[in-house]
Amino acid sequence: MPVYNEKVMDHFMNPRNVGEIENPDGIGEEGNPVCGDMMTFYIKVKDNRLEDVKFKTFGCGAAIAVSSMVSEMAKGMTLDEAMKLTPASVADKLEGLPKNKLHCSNLGAQALHEAINNYRSKQQKEVDKPKATKQTHSCPYCEAEIAEAAFPYCESCHLNVEEAKSKD
Amino acid sequence: MKKVYLDNAASTPILPEVKEAMLPFLGEVFGNPQSLHDWGDQARMAVDEAREKVAGLIGAEAEDIIFTSGGTESNNLAVKGLALARQGQGKHVVVSAIEHFSVLHSARTLEKWGFEITEVPVDKNGAVNPEDVKKSIRKDTALVSIMHANGEIGTIQPIKEIAAITKELKIPFHTDAVATAGTIPVNVNDLGVDALSLAGSQFYGPKGAGALWVRKGVRIMPLLDGGIQEGGRRGGTENVPGIVGLGKAAEIAREQMSKRISTLTPLRDMLLKELPSRIPHIVVTGHLHNRLPGLASFCVEFIEGEAMLMLLNSKGIAVSSGSACTSKALKASHVLLAIRLSHEIAQGSVLFTLGLDNTKEDIEYVLEMMPPIVERLRQMSPLYAKYVKTSQGGK
Repeated sequence: MPVYNEKVMDHFMNPRNVGEIENPDGIGEEGNPVCGDMMTFYIKVKDNRLEDVKFKTFGCGAAIAVSSMVSEMAKGMTLDEAMKLTPASVADKLEGLPKNKLHCSNLGAQALHEAINNYRSKQQKEVDKPKATKQTHSCPYCEAEIAEAAFPYCESCHLNVEEAKSKD
Repeated sequence: MKKVYLDNAASTPILPEVKEAMLPFLGEVFGNPQSLHDWGDQARMAVDEAREKVAGLIGAEAEDIIFTSGGTESNNLAVKGLALARQGQGKHVVVSAIEHFSVLHSARTLEKWGFEITEVPVDKNGAVNPEDVKKSIRKDTALVSIMHANGEIGTIQPIKEIAAITKELKIPFHTDAVATAGTIPVNVNDLGVDALSLAGSQFYGPKGAGALWVRKGVRIMPLLDGGIQEGGRRGGTENVPGIVGLGKAAEIAREQMSKRISTLTPLRDMLLKELPSRIPHIVVTGHLHNRLPGLASFCVEFIEGEAMLMLLNSKGIAVSSGSACTSKALKASHVLLAIRLSHEIAQGSVLFTLGLDNTKEDIEYVLEMMPPIVERLRQMSPLYAKYVKTSQGGK
């Protein structure tokens, strides 16, 4: 079986919504080149809905396919709906990702949420940043950030960080 | 669609002559080489003949060849087996920072067994400085293992110079010649090494067949205990078809080597020269001249290797990459980081390894297909967008 399924390949070969939005209402950037992937999402908001979503991505096939799928799913959603978009729902919509590429779907959802947070903080100073999607842990071995939902499992090292620490 | 295979470092194709030579041993000639009857004799004679041919490829004596399951086993046996055999004298091993994982991880295992490891650095071209090896050797050094050439960046190491040092200090010196044996001239006595690894899948032989040569008189501890096969240094019934294929591939490699080198080198140089002239912001990795004849390696800035690899594959071109995303562990190639490339640049790694089937037309096809692929990914890349903005802002 090829590494990526047909759905992922389709979004990689023909990514939807690539590009930047001029004067966007929000920008969200996640990842860094050290861990391999970096995504920037641009959003245009009208009547509390995502009127337009565009992205630029530096990364592997999965990262590009995830960005494309996130943009397609998010377009037309209300901001609250988009904030509920999870890595798992993106991966499901792509009909699955290889295990070691699941972190790409975290990155995609996070970058979109960042863009929405960016928009909201511009709208009003007081904003409740949803804590569930913020990364607060990092792996002591590869230094990659670990999503709250995945903690204490580092997906790039394939190990339980807490267990590993106690053994060290 | 045109198909161009440029991933010969992953595996070369099997030559038809090699396959033909192997076939009887996957069929009617099934005897165990250790058996004392006609069936055994037939198999044993084939193994003996292959041993002569493999020895002939590297200027060695047949009895000093240990057949293994390939490069990884050869390197494991060499690093662990040679170090363990000398642990009475000391428990220190010297390797380079860009060794194959089968050497580096074997060294790491030795570390768990109480050895100390020194990793010698390489320069930005990926070359080891023999002086650094000399400085790292201690009274308790049991083994030095430095590869002949690196399969990711192609740089050929100064093995003779290092051997002169280890010889004077009487320390066993192993070289991983998996990337060179069968590809460029390799002679154990010219190189002056004490042990040398090679693998069939690198020179048109079968996978699962390799060898370790160990100089007479150098002690080695077996890793696979069993019968008396391979002089007691590697137990287990011989992989007769694989060994026969390895022997045939070695025989042909020896005959055709200079012709192969003179075919591959200009094609490689075409890539090394033309890709940078057609694609801006691309770095050649490894030494520009002192490199493997069929290996052209680059890092393309602002984009990631796996995406490049997949788009090239969609055009029928097979390559590989040392980017973090292409590795199962999601770590950028230790080789690219050791030559002091940033993580960001290392992500854009792309590796072309040429083989006997490649033609000038193949390279022209790559030169035509590659620039639009790079451009397409750059248009998608936030790093490129940032670069463009800052460079325009600077003007």
